[in-house]
Amino acid sequence: MSDRNTIRTFPEITEPLLITRSAQGKNKRQIPDPFKAGLPADLSEFINPEQATIPDVSEVETVRHFTRLSRKNFGIDQGMYPLGSCTMKYNPKICEHIANRIKNIHPADKLPMHNVLRALAALQRYLEEICGMDACTLWPAAGAHGELTGMLIIRKALQAKGAKRDTVLIPDMAHGTNPASCAVAGFATRSIPSGKHGFLEAGTVKEHLDENVAALMITNPNTLGIFEQEIGEIADLLHAHGSFLYMDGANLNAILGITRPGDMGVDCLHVNLHKTFGTPHGGGGPGSGPVLVQAHLEKYLPIPRIVHEPHQLFKLSYTTPDSIGMVHSSVGNVSVLIKALVYIVSLGPRGLLECSKTAALNANYLRVQLARCFDLPYKTPTLHEFVLSDKQQKDRGVTTLDIAKALMDYGFHPPTVYFPLVVPGAIMIEPTETEPLEELDRFVAAMEEIASLTQSNPEVFHDKPKLTPVVRVDEVWAARNLCLTWSMTESKPEEEVSK
Amino acid sequence: MSFIPHNPEDRRKMLATVGITDEEELFATIPEGLRHSQRLKVPGPLDEETIRRIPQGRVSRTCFAGGGIYRHHIPALVDALAARQEFYTAYTPYQPEISQGTLQSIFEYQSMLASLTGMDVSNASLYDGATALAEAAIMAIRAKNLRRILVTRSTNPAYRAVLRTYLANHAIEIREVPFERTSSQVDQKILEAMIGADAAFFIQNPNFFGTLEPMDAVATIARRAGFFGIIVTEAISLGLLRKPGEYGPDAVLGEAQSFGNPPNAGGPLLGFFCTTQEHLRRMPGRIVGMTKDFAGNPAFCLTLATREQHIRREKATSNICTNQGLCAIRAAIYLSAIGPKGLRSIATQCVAGAHQIMGILQEKGFTPAFTGPFFHEFVVRMDMDKRRTLEEAGIVPGIPIERHYPEIQNGLLVTVTEMNTREDSKCLIETL
Repeated sequence: MSDRNTIRTFPEITEPLLITRSAQGKNKRQIPDPFKAGLPADLSEFINPEQATIPDVSEVETVRHFTRLSRKNFGIDQGMYPLGSCTMKYNPKICEHIANRIKNIHPADKLPMHNVLRALAALQRYLEEICGMDACTLWPAAGAHGELTGMLIIRKALQAKGAKRDTVLIPDMAHGTNPASCAVAGFATRSIPSGKHGFLEAGTVKEHLDENVAALMITNPNTLGIFEQEIGEIADLLHAHGSFLYMDGANLNAILGITRPGDMGVDCLHVNLHKTFGTPHGGGGPGSGPVLVQAHLEKYLPIPRIVHEPHQLFKLSYTTPDSIGMVHSSVGNVSVLIKALVYIVSLGPRGLLECSKTAALNANYLRVQLARCFDLPYKTPTLHEFVLSDKQQKDRGVTTLDIAKALMDYGFHPPTVYFPLVVPGAIMIEPTETEPLEELDRFVAAMEEIASLTQSNPEVFHDKPKLTPVVRVDEVWAARNLCLTWSMTESKPEEEVSK
Repeated sequence: MSFIPHNPEDRRKMLATVGITDEEELFATIPEGLRHSQRLKVPGPLDEETIRRIPQGRVSRTCFAGGGIYRHHIPALVDALAARQEFYTAYTPYQPEISQGTLQSIFEYQSMLASLTGMDVSNASLYDGATALAEAAIMAIRAKNLRRILVTRSTNPAYRAVLRTYLANHAIEIREVPFERTSSQVDQKILEAMIGADAAFFIQNPNFFGTLEPMDAVATIARRAGFFGIIVTEAISLGLLRKPGEYGPDAVLGEAQSFGNPPNAGGPLLGFFCTTQEHLRRMPGRIVGMTKDFAGNPAFCLTLATREQHIRREKATSNICTNQGLCAIRAAIYLSAIGPKGLRSIATQCVAGAHQIMGILQEKGFTPAFTGPFFHEFVVRMDMDKRRTLEEAGIVPGIPIERHYPEIQNGLLVTVTEMNTREDSKCLIETL
């Protein structure tokens, strides 16, 4: 398989840390020198007499170093990346191309910023329409930042009503960021059980609704890929009680044009542009987590707000007295926002709808076939993702972790593992709409082979993966022998690191 | 455009395997009352050429704006390497066996940041300098059970605003330490009076006005604080000024956008966070550690995950999950491309240029608002008419600061970097 070769190029070569290649005078880069002047004398007390300790290497060494490192990575352009809930879909190149246009704009440069803000105002409108919400802020720099912003908005709204409520209900299958974001916003959290069919029941919410409940934070469709079918009733219960419904929009990609959070009674939600609108993840960001609210929460949105008077430039306004304040030093991850905008207008309304439909088709195509050889703990129909477990493999000594590592040797990135927590040994699979049928078939074949090897040859799993740039990485050793910088490697005997 | 690879034949085959006749059936669990029956009101589909024709604004020919976001030389190789799909289309490196590229690059970023700041460790990045300050304040409060945050009033106003937003619901008093009106350096007497073991103290250096703070004296006072943090918003300064770590802080944090990341109309930026061994386990954000694989080869992985939200949930040190990974990789590539001599030379150009431009403005009759020593930014008094004249000549004169500092009438923050040219100086002289 060609993908194996891609991963396996030069696996025996360890790329040394660049600092080990450093020697004085190797870097010959010519630095712009417009002022032909030195330092003013009166600054001498502030100056470090020594140069910084960063690598002194030639241009070609820098280029080769990071090129070689890049080849030890696996990206969506190389193959299927079925990380459930993380949504690794194809990132269209045109989005990068257009976003590159804004890179040299300083936010204080009013004329080009007018165009940027006009584009961002359009993105706000489109997100409002797609989510069925009334207002939007684009500044949160990632999903978890959006959660925090949303919960601060809810907190502020409660304070304005004089309500002293400090508990947020969170279903047991929620992302870990949900309770963490609530805590930063000053809330206590209470985990509530999802029902035996894999969705939250209105009765459960009713049981937990007391005078302290500020909000319920729910992901819909949830992390099992199941639509929260009692959400309308749950919203009514919360509202009648004076509580808010917050939705984690991590899985919005499953319902584009099919149903809208606003129609479900959601008061506030964040969307992850990477997951739904095809912006690249960058190996851990930059992301973007716009927050959308109903009209009654609009005045609490963070400042600045984009404003536009007829015949004038698009501008930022900082004069919203009830706002929660600023959440970012500027206006968020603008280039990511531009990519999402280009994605939306590339696809249009029909294209967006087709995304969600195909995401569900791809996921169900895998589910039907994989359920023959893996445990499917919840039988309720699922949309864009589904969760298997290692229940049928475990007694042969093969765990979810082993299955994940084995998949790498077939040229796939593993699915999300051990999440959601409600399923022991969870294997959470989300192929997304951009996987071709051939790739899906290849994935099914790999999983079937893994299932059959579990029966015939379970011991082969323990030294998987074999074809990757490094074999299984000792994460426990890393935590026990903390080595977090170059200088910490120096204090460690060489043989200890390479033992 | 559609990025869906299926043709009608694939679709038929797949529907048959699933046992349905239309994808609609997959959405049967969504109650009828919640279905959106209309077509979404968004434009498109548009082809690439139509999208390319969407108008874009041209940047002004000359820019003297900074204030936390800076224009610097970015070697062409930074864009070339960061555009490798292996980096930019990867996910967070949870699976280290196929993520060594991201992991080792971030490890090198951490190493360089720790070395430049003179601290023990760095995390893998935060959203921006402002949220880095907020995260530091939360870390300080939890580490030492503090009740007060002191932050200099000459810290970037946006940072102080974000700090207030983050701490709104924590029972914490935030107080601002004033600056001396002539120098714009922190008022040491007032700082002496305010400081205490129950307080965390944060100072930006160079401060928002570009002024260099008397850090030796400040450090002596700061020793009495429960927690001492230094904010750096112009990372280039780390290549020339004495290392912040020399002053004995608990944390050095701020903005590293200047390292290989363009202004991008405001973002993505690159929050950095460095601290001491003592606080390592309370540090927010991700950390990459060096380890080995089971064949004994050196390898890297995310470590100390037990601090993080996916394990600790509501007890996590922070809620941050996705950070600014690719921006941190750009910083690592940039620093490798620029080198120690280059970094120092860029910082020197910034300082020299700022002093030259200040000279030009003074000759033209504008008065600096302060007398303190400065790095590559300074505040000058310039009225609206003159600013407008400059803008009309295609010059962004700087950032107006009256909104945040009404006492500095007509205050304009002017920034000079190695991206400004002799032409810029000429243009300024001719227009004014």
